[in-house]
Parts: sequence; C-alpha cells; structure tokens
Amino acid sequence: MSETMADSEDPSGASEPETPNESVKEYLAAWWVRVKAGDLGSLPLIIGLIVILLVFGLAEEVFITPRNFTNLLLQMSGIATIAVGVVFVLLIAEIDLSVAYVSAVGGVIMTLLLRPGDPGWPWFLAIAAALLITTIIGLVTGLIVTKAGVPSFVVTLAGLLVYSGVVLTLTTEASNSGTVRIQDDTVIDIAGSFLGDALGWILGLGSVAIYAAIQLRTMITRRSRGLPTKPPLLVGLQIGGLALAVAWAVWYANRDRGVPFVLLIVLVFVVFWSFVAARTAFGRHIYAVGGNPEAARRAGINVDRIRIAVFMIMGFMAGSGGIILASRIRSVSTGTGGGNLLLEVIAAAVIGGTSLFGGRGRPVNALLGALVIASVGNGMDLLGLAAGTKFIVTGLVLLAAVLVDSLSKKGRAAAGMV
Amino acid sequence: MADEPILECRGVSKHFGAVQALYKVDFEVCPGEVMALVGDNGAGKSTLIKGIAGIYPFDDGQVRFEGSDVRISGPAAAAGLGIEIVYQDLALADNLDVVGNMFLGRERKKGLVLDETSMEQDAQSTLDSLSVRTLQSVRQTVAGLSGGQRQAVAVAKAVMWESKVVILDEPTAALGVAQTRQVLDLTRRLADRGLGVVIISHNLHDIFEVADRITVLRLGQQVDVFTTADSDQQEVVHSITAGSLQFVPGMTEIDD
Repeated sequence: MSETMADSEDPSGASEPETPNESVKEYLAAWWVRVKAGDLGSLPLIIGLIVILLVFGLAEEVFITPRNFTNLLLQMSGIATIAVGVVFVLLIAEIDLSVAYVSAVGGVIMTLLLRPGDPGWPWFLAIAAALLITTIIGLVTGLIVTKAGVPSFVVTLAGLLVYSGVVLTLTTEASNSGTVRIQDDTVIDIAGSFLGDALGWILGLGSVAIYAAIQLRTMITRRSRGLPTKPPLLVGLQIGGLALAVAWAVWYANRDRGVPFVLLIVLVFVVFWSFVAARTAFGRHIYAVGGNPEAARRAGINVDRIRIAVFMIMGFMAGSGGIILASRIRSVSTGTGGGNLLLEVIAAAVIGGTSLFGGRGRPVNALLGALVIASVGNGMDLLGLAAGTKFIVTGLVLLAAVLVDSLSKKGRAAAGMV
Repeated sequence: MADEPILECRGVSKHFGAVQALYKVDFEVCPGEVMALVGDNGAGKSTLIKGIAGIYPFDDGQVRFEGSDVRISGPAAAAGLGIEIVYQDLALADNLDVVGNMFLGRERKKGLVLDETSMEQDAQSTLDSLSVRTLQSVRQTVAGLSGGQRQAVAVAKAVMWESKVVILDEPTAALGVAQTRQVLDLTRRLADRGLGVVIISHNLHDIFEVADRITVLRLGQQVDVFTTADSDQQEVVHSITAGSLQFVPGMTEIDD
C-alpha cells in the first residue's frame, strides 16, 4: 500500500489519533452545534414540560399535587403504550390512522370474552386473544401496504372506519346501553392498583441501578478495546439526574396512593422495545428502511418483511394500550377509541421527538411525549374547559410538534445533515 | 498485464426490446489493475455493469471469474463471488452512523444483540487501511458527511467483505477538487491491495490520472482498449465519439 499517496489525504497533517475520552465541554459544544443545526433531540420536549408546569401550575393549584400526579401517571399509561407502536410506524416513514380504534377493538374483545359465563374466559386467555387479534389486524394492514402498494395513509384511513364500526357493532350487540362493564378483578387491577411504598422504591432505584450498570459496562468494554467513550463526568451526571428524577417521582407518588402498577407494565414495554430498536439487527434494519429503503434493499434486507413486522408491532401495542385504557375506566362502550385518542397518541410520538419523515426517533420518545400530552389533557380537565376548547388545544399542540419536526429537518438540510 | 484477468466478459450482448444496448462486448480487469470504462451517454456502460452485478442477465456471451465460467444470477451471487459495486447514488442510509452503514444487512451479533464494539473496530480499521483520515468519528451519522467522505464510506463498505473486484460508478461526478483527489487516491490504493478495480467516469482527466487501461464503449460496442501510459486524451476522445464500429446496429455483421 502506498503511504506517500496517503499523505495527500490530510492536508492539515495534524490529525492525531483522537483522544479516547472527549471532555464534557467538547461534548456539550458538539451538542450545541447539533441543536443550532436543527437536531434538537429532546429539547422541545423539556421546554414544553416546563411551559405546561408553569401555565397549569399557576392557573390551578390542584395541578401540582401528589393526587393529581398519580392520576397523570395513570392517564399517560394507555397513551404511552399505543404511542410506542406509533413510534415504530413513524420510524419506517409510514402512518397508522386506525390505531385508536384498533386499540378499542382490543379492549372490547377482551371485555366481551371476560363476561361471566358468556363466555367467561380467564383473564390471561381473554388478554391473549385480544392481543392476537390486534396483531393480526396489524399484519393485514402491513400486507396491504407492502404487497398491494397502497399508501398506509389510505389503508389505515379505511381501517379507522372499519374498526370503529366493529367497536360500535360489538358493544351495541352486547348491551342495550352500549356500555359493557369489566368485572374481572385482575384486569381491573392492571390500571387500578398501586405498588406499595417499599416496592415503589425498590423498583425505582433498581431501574436506575440497571441503567447505571449498562452505562458503566459499555464504557468499560469500549475503553478496554481502545474506543472513544463518553466523558465519565457526563455519564455520572446523566445517572445522577435520572436517579434524582426517579427518586422524586417515587417519593411524590408515595405521598398519595403510590406508584401505579400499570406504570411498571409501560416501563417494561418501553425498555423491551428500546432494546429491540437499538441493540438488535432487526431494529437497525427498521431505521435503515426508514432512512433509505433503497439502501436497505441493496444491503439485502427484506424491506417488505420489516414493514409488515412493524405494522404487527403497532397492532400489538395498540391492543395492549386498549386493554390498559379499558382497565382504567373499567368498561368499554360505543365511544371507546373515539374522541381525540388518535390525535393524542400520534402527538405523543411526535412531541417526544420522533420524526414524521422516518428514520429518527426512539421508543422512549413515546413515554415522554405521552407525559406532555396527558399533562395538557389533565390540566385542561382541571380548569374545566369545554370539550371543543380541549380539541382545539390538543390539535394546536400536535401542530406545534409537527412544525418543530419540519423546521428542524429544514435546519438539518441547511447544515448539510439531512 | 502479466496477470490473468480476474473478471472477463466475452462477447456479452443485451437488448431491451428493439434496443440493442450491448453487442458482443469484450471486457476484462486484472488483479491490481484500475480499468476505466468510458463512453458517451447511452454507450452501454451502465448496462454492462448491471449485467456483471447480476441486476439482469446478459442475453448472450460468457462471464469468467478467476478463470472459470460463472453465471451471475443476482446481486447476492455477485457479492458471493466477491464483486462489489459502489453505485453513483451510494445507497447509504443517512440516519445511520458510519458503522451502521458499513455493516448494513450483514451485522455482527453476539447472540441476539449487535456486537457494536467489534463492528466499530473493524469499520475503523478498514477505513484506516484505506488511509481514510478525514472522518472525525465512525459514530457520526452519514448525513453530516461531505460528498468525498460519503464516497469513502461507500468504498470502504465495498472492500470490507473480502471483495476481489470493486466497480465504482461515477465516483467523482458530484465532488469538488479536493474530494476528487481523495477518491482517486483511494481508487489507486484499492488496486495496490491487489483488487481489480473498474471505474466508470466521464472525466478523462481523472481517468488518465488513475487508470492503467481504458475500455471504450460506443453505441453498445467495445471499440478500443488503451493502455493509459501509451495513449493520450485526444485518442480516447476520438475513440469515444468516432471509434470504428464492427457491427452496424440492426444489420448483420460486416466483415472488414
């Protein structure tokens, strides 16, 4: 190999092998450059949360109370669960407008199967059947989108009407009033029970410990192989920050009824799907399909199979969210899946930082976005705003999130980092 | 060239409907050689490359690889032989980092989990071995790279898989002067490693700088093969625009 030619490669001649550890200052400087270029990360989200805290906290004193905090955690759980599925669909640059009613189908099927004596299935079978059906719904959507080449926008728009019809038919046939109550204690406990004080602490601090262990392990492996690592101080700050936030949340929730059990389920979902997205080849392929389907195809990835799998994940998460929502209000009715649920779950994914243009976003976005959306809804409920006003505000919040996404994409394009 | 050609096409033809895109074309590249493929628009360069890549089969003629007849039935078969093509539009996913792109579709795993450290090390060492030094970090996303850096990543991706022939389709078309320089150096280094390199370009200046031999296509036929050292640009231009055709399209063969 010719070394003389190599010299012309680097006219500055000054490129030392980079130091294995960037300093915190350099790291923050690089972050600020990215922000200025429009790669905002979770910045809009944090600003949004602060604004919400200020506005509703000042307008309504009940907003910042332990009681309302646990309510908020319960309210965000269903949204967050469905939004995790939406994140995956957005990652491959598709959309699913039927999610809200697919989730309702899940909730309704579970509820009907649970009716005592008719047919009176045990809770685990009823839940499994509901999730199986919503996953199959996702499969069908995926097959139509990939094999027939119909845009997902249109397929799921049709699905929206079809599944709302299914929900309406099933609930009106099951009960004259159109409302079917859930009488199974286990299912009611999904979103109706709380971890004890001690269990809350163990869970909260345990998850921080696991996070810290993963971070440290990554750092140690990378350093032992001579690869650059994040600055240790920054990792320490991140772990410390997370520990503080979690400790505050557990303490505050414990002043009321405690940490809701359903939050545990949501966290398991988020951790599991984050693992799939970030650490597996399947997850890598999802990002590739969203970033450049042609590149993915040429790399030998079966693009159609990835798309279908993602719609199945969507169906499964919608079903799970529907079960959580049904458990929370202990019934399903003709109105289940309606209202602004669709808007809320898509807004949660986008506000969390998932791009509508595909290839950018993480499952944890769903959790943080759901917190924002649920806070807005919760705050407006406390203020006693009319339904019309709430629709308008939720719509504007979604619009703001989409605008941030579009503008930051423009910013990245201008900075040559599309 | 003392070496046996590593890749050799003998009398390959391809037509699309009534259009004869390639007509009895001979083409070869030897190990350690940079072979340029030139010709005007519509001369059949892309058709020839796509046939070699297995995108579609040739209608007629033979392809020999390492001395034996092969049938390249698809892109996977080409990759299996050790033929990698770096397309003009690069086929990189902008939202993935350099490592993610280089291993796309062939990720290394420990059980279910991606083996990120080992992939990062290998990506880095491949780039180092090609003396690509302009990348700040293999963990930056491809979106933030310059045209030359993207080309370098695409080339590194192609050579990482023990490829024996690398085909570069217009690698310098969209690049500035300094970046073109980098890519040409990289092209030369590939050949110095013993790979057969095919470079398609419209830029004769670039080709005279980097290529050992030049194959000229005109109207789907191979009209000349020059040894760069013994020819000048004038000759090649003349061959591209007015090289003598053996066969007139649409007619039977004319013996001259």
